[in-house]
Amino acid sequence: MSLSHTLLALLERGPRHGYDLKQEFDAQFGQDRPLHYGQVYATLARLLKNGLVEVDAVEHGGGPERKRYAVTAAGVTDVEGWLSRPESPELYLHSTLYTKVVLALLTGRDAAAVLDVQRAAHLDLMRTLTRRKTRGDLADALICDHAIFHLEADLRWLELTSARLDRLAEEVRS
Amino acid sequence: MTADAPLLTARDLSKTYGTTRALDGVSLDVRAGEILAVMGPSGSGKSTLMHCLAGIVRPDSGELRYRGRDLTAASDAERSALRRGEFGFVFQFGQLVPELTCLENVALPLRMEGVRRKEAERRAAYWLERLDVAGVAGKRPGQASGGQGQRVAIARALVTEPSVVFADEPTGALDTLNGEMVMRLLTECAEQSRTAVVLVTHEPAVAAYSHREVVVRDGRIRTSAGSAR
Repeated sequence: MSLSHTLLALLERGPRHGYDLKQEFDAQFGQDRPLHYGQVYATLARLLKNGLVEVDAVEHGGGPERKRYAVTAAGVTDVEGWLSRPESPELYLHSTLYTKVVLALLTGRDAAAVLDVQRAAHLDLMRTLTRRKTRGDLADALICDHAIFHLEADLRWLELTSARLDRLAEEVRS
Repeated sequence: MTADAPLLTARDLSKTYGTTRALDGVSLDVRAGEILAVMGPSGSGKSTLMHCLAGIVRPDSGELRYRGRDLTAASDAERSALRRGEFGFVFQFGQLVPELTCLENVALPLRMEGVRRKEAERRAAYWLERLDVAGVAGKRPGQASGGQGQRVAIARALVTEPSVVFADEPTGALDTLNGEMVMRLLTECAEQSRTAVVLVTHEPAVAAYSHREVVVRDGRIRTSAGSAR
């Protein structure tokens, strides 16, 4: 995820302090990984340098000064460009699991066992996410679903590979 | 038998159809209140395993016990009585009686046990309510949607308050959202009433509602894994 673009888009809804941005980010997207303040301020500093945000107000209180940031016109254009560009669908071609299966076959180990162990681990995570989904709100359920569908794709691959192990063994050993 | 003893114990079950070895020495326990997924590709033997566990099919060899009682030695009549009173069934396509209303379908297992109509329908109405399909009580299955029909089928499976529900691809004919609702309701109701569920499926997303899974391949169990509850 692009943190710069996400912060810029959140700023489009109105100027905010770094603290508020972090809170808003965590509420919307930080389910598993809340942001560190350092990440927020470092990103804002870079955006400021590139003219994508500006300091809208500075408050002088008892402690250090607090800057409020606003998105610039260039920043809005940047967000628009980012939202309209598709994300590259990932090609999962370099699978560690595939490597493990081939190495197990090449070294005469039980490749089916490699797949079995992986299937159990995948299903365990799916189980955890399914439970979490039934207890959470819709936003959390959608995030869980995204992960569940990816795990499901992996599991389909595991099943198909299990069914084709004999042929794969012939090919890699030839 | 202690509280923790398995409800169903299968030891070394084998079953052959013609020249096809559908089950090849399967051993398995089903405990009270647990949701067990039986996974595997088509033709792996998972449905045969379910049919053996439910006493529908007699294994060629091996031992099967329900609450310590030897089912392989039980007569057909005894096994039928057990299926009616202790087990519930959910199939891929509901298999409701098309001529009866949904309420009458759910009341049917109780009527077969000799429960009077009024009482049977009162209990059926309760289960339709629990499954959130009270609205189709007076309709015939053909007038209900696929998702509603499957929830009626679950109500029918649970109405006798069985110890074990056998569910064979219960979401196989449903879309993702309806499948999810069916699985959620089935597992919630089963957990609340400590009913064990033997869930036959090839879909990981359905198996994810279980407490643990076994994988059947070529008539054998590959692995038994899963987190403790």
